[in-house]
Amino acid sequence: MLQVRIHGRGGQGVVSAAEMLSVSAFLEGKHAQAVPSFGSERMGAPVVAFCRIDDKEIRLREPVLEPNALIVQDPTLFQAIDVFNGLPDDGYLLINTGRDIAELGIEKAVARLPEGHVCAVPATEIAMKYVKRPLPNAVLLGALSAITGVIKIESVEEAIKSKFPGKIGEANIAAARAAYESTSTKS
Amino acid sequence: MKDQQVKFYQTGTLTVGNRLLDSELRTVQATIDRSNSLDSGHRACQGCGEALGARYAIDAAMRSTKNQLIAANATGCLEVFTTPYPESAWRIPWMHSLFGNASAVATGIAAAMKVKGKNDVRVIAQGGDGGTTDIGFGCLSGMFERNDDVLYICYDNQGYMNTGVQRSSATPGGARTATTMPVGPEPGADFDKGKNVPLIAMAHNIPYVATASVDRLHDLEAKVQKAMSIRGARYIQIFVPCPLGWGSNPASTIQIARMAVESGLFPLFEAEHGEITTSTKIRHKVQVEEYLKVQRRFAHVLKNPDQLQKIRNIADNNIKKFGLMSSTGGEE
Amino acid sequence: MLKQIEGSHGVAEAVGLCRPEVICAYPITPQTHIVEDLGALVKGGKITDCEFINVESEFAALSVGIGSSAAGARTYTATASQGLLYMAEAVYNTSGLGLPIVMTVGNRAIGSPINIWNDQSDSMSMRDAGWIQLFAETNQQAIDVHIQAFKIAETLSMPVMVCVDGFILTHAYERMDVPDQEQVDRFLPPFEPRQVLDPSDPISIGAMVGPEAFTEVRYMEHHKQLKALEIIPEINNEFKEIFGRDSGGLISTYRADDADTLIVTLGSVIGTISEVIDEMRDKGQKIGAMTIRSFRPFPLDEIHEVLKKTQRVVVFEKCLAVGLGGIVANNVRMAHRGLTTPVYTVIGGLGGRPITRKSLNELFEKAMNDDLEETTFLDLKQDVVDHEIDRAEKFNRSGAIAENVLRQIGVVDVAKTS
Repeated sequence: MLQVRIHGRGGQGVVSAAEMLSVSAFLEGKHAQAVPSFGSERMGAPVVAFCRIDDKEIRLREPVLEPNALIVQDPTLFQAIDVFNGLPDDGYLLINTGRDIAELGIEKAVARLPEGHVCAVPATEIAMKYVKRPLPNAVLLGALSAITGVIKIESVEEAIKSKFPGKIGEANIAAARAAYESTSTKS
Repeated sequence: MKDQQVKFYQTGTLTVGNRLLDSELRTVQATIDRSNSLDSGHRACQGCGEALGARYAIDAAMRSTKNQLIAANATGCLEVFTTPYPESAWRIPWMHSLFGNASAVATGIAAAMKVKGKNDVRVIAQGGDGGTTDIGFGCLSGMFERNDDVLYICYDNQGYMNTGVQRSSATPGGARTATTMPVGPEPGADFDKGKNVPLIAMAHNIPYVATASVDRLHDLEAKVQKAMSIRGARYIQIFVPCPLGWGSNPASTIQIARMAVESGLFPLFEAEHGEITTSTKIRHKVQVEEYLKVQRRFAHVLKNPDQLQKIRNIADNNIKKFGLMSSTGGEE
Repeated sequence: MLKQIEGSHGVAEAVGLCRPEVICAYPITPQTHIVEDLGALVKGGKITDCEFINVESEFAALSVGIGSSAAGARTYTATASQGLLYMAEAVYNTSGLGLPIVMTVGNRAIGSPINIWNDQSDSMSMRDAGWIQLFAETNQQAIDVHIQAFKIAETLSMPVMVCVDGFILTHAYERMDVPDQEQVDRFLPPFEPRQVLDPSDPISIGAMVGPEAFTEVRYMEHHKQLKALEIIPEINNEFKEIFGRDSGGLISTYRADDADTLIVTLGSVIGTISEVIDEMRDKGQKIGAMTIRSFRPFPLDEIHEVLKKTQRVVVFEKCLAVGLGGIVANNVRMAHRGLTTPVYTVIGGLGGRPITRKSLNELFEKAMNDDLEETTFLDLKQDVVDHEIDRAEKFNRSGAIAENVLRQIGVVDVAKTS
């Protein structure tokens, strides 16, 4: 079973990201469970969402305590909460930032992770370019597909289309594909 | 020949008002084949205004709807005295659920009729003032704002009578009830409190609001009939004296209702979508004291000039607000 | 058809397939997505011949339902927590009148203190009101049990509460098999009421009943629920035949046959518990579980049959009988009568506290060694309560407990990462 934990702030589409990831896995014939972890809903508050993917029925219902992959949609969270809690030494880390990882002040957490498992993706910038809105979630899924291979980019695109029909969907798909391609070349 | 409106009061089968009218204008109570929706054998007190008002109103509604009527009833006197297990005095499909939800239950019945395509079956919700102005107020307002196709009839005897005469937000200032006992200079029920639900109903802009009284049967029936000719949320508040709760003579129920109207204390009017369309002029002005002195619940007031004046003021304000005196002081 | 959808949406689709005629909606977390989805399905024409009514309170929601059900319309509503309590009078009214309303309860804790997360206190508060109470373990079951619920309700002329863990199930995106209309139509015939308000055949419903007859009326309700003990499995079998899944019935068991230690629980926590049981079984430990699917009627005999095969029982519940201990445990103890094996009560997951494999593992190890108190609060922060007890003893004006506890626990744990 693969466990993904997504951190962000309210309004950044964290919950939708987990949902779309689960739909991507579903489209590949897998079982997937996506669950949000809410405080009272409001823009800007820290939000966490979980996604589990497996080839068989998923019975586990606890929060994702040991994520194989961690997605951080908002790097300001590093100062606010313990984002890295439970991340194993061979885990994947995907951060939405246009800056260099070295500039984020998280060396200690990152040092133990293998080469190629840590990736900075300027997802908000990519989203602004294609979707004209600062919603990095679909973009990050494209990058996740590239660095972990847990789901195919085609599945991500289908999942995005099912959630966001029409022009918005197409724009998000293009953004996800762009992130996938640029991330693939990097790692 | 010019039409002239002539008003006659309470009529029965043999008095002049009924016999001179065309048959379709006569009170339904005068016909042998009236539906008797609220049949005899119920356990109401002698002289109960509510039993009278309910029979008049529901029979009128039955005539209007060609007997296609369902009623939802709140807990209260009417519900209790009409359905003493194992008997029921109702000849119509009738349901009692809770104290505060008659209007919501009626909304549900109306929805069921709509979804089943039974457009000719109409729905009435009914309750006393307690179940309407207080505990049932939330559901009532909800029914109004959704404009559900329900006629709500409130039988206003100005207190929670079934439980032993306690104050409701319809209890007038000065009245003695078990929870508003007059002591020394203190009045029974407080003045400057209370709710005017007909005005609140008007503020919801519902298609039809009216007040009526058991002292004039034709007027009451006409209002019910008018209401049943309209679709959407409708409200009628009927003034119904309670001899037990008010400390009045059971034989005087209708006379007391007459005095309430003719003193200005219970204005009769109709309104549509928030605007008053008709108001009934006072025919022979009755002094407030005449009305108060035949009810023991006001005994205290009569010894207290301040309180008496407050009640006179209420009557005067109503007369002004609803234009209840014609310019000639007599018939219009 | 297999779909990857939110649990709430699965429930909405399932309810829609049952051809409801009147749906009353009042929002409360965590049921909001259910009523929103139903509203959209009705407005969009996916559910036809249905009145969707936005009401002004939960009390109104169930009251409107009482009217429509009494007038012969198949009726549905949903609520949770505070909403269920607000409609409490109507809850008893519905069962007393024998109206087959189906209502989803998105299980949520009850305040004060206000808490939007999952536990089962809400449905437990209404356990004796005369409604049938069915608990879903998974979102697939949530779909299936709602479909069965309408049939159970209308067969018995008794209302049914379908309990679905809030957030954990309602807000989880999972793979579900949504049945098709043809299957549901085969399973669920149109509503034939036992009593109905109809001008062509007038009756009075809701009379006052005095001392001379009240006991008999109440007895009939009890009798109906005892009858339900047969009807619920029958309908589950009918469902299995058409849909191919065993989603209902009275209880289910997991590796219980030769278990020395038996965990008894309700709802979604069985998922995590099953994982722990598998891990422990791999180590040779004989542990198993029983999930109660029908809490009311409470299947005393069926549960007794399972309890008598084990050496110890651990009742794991997400609710609390303040001043006594376990609610579910006390019901289970009634089924346990005649046996001498120990029964332990564990209160866990209150107010949405996560239930982890780690905590369950430690708990079950202790249980297997009979190293448990009679009543345990799982993961209780003992230092926090000790501090609060101490404070209350020292000061008269010790302050509001909820706020004191929050202050002790602190806000977000700020951990430096570099």
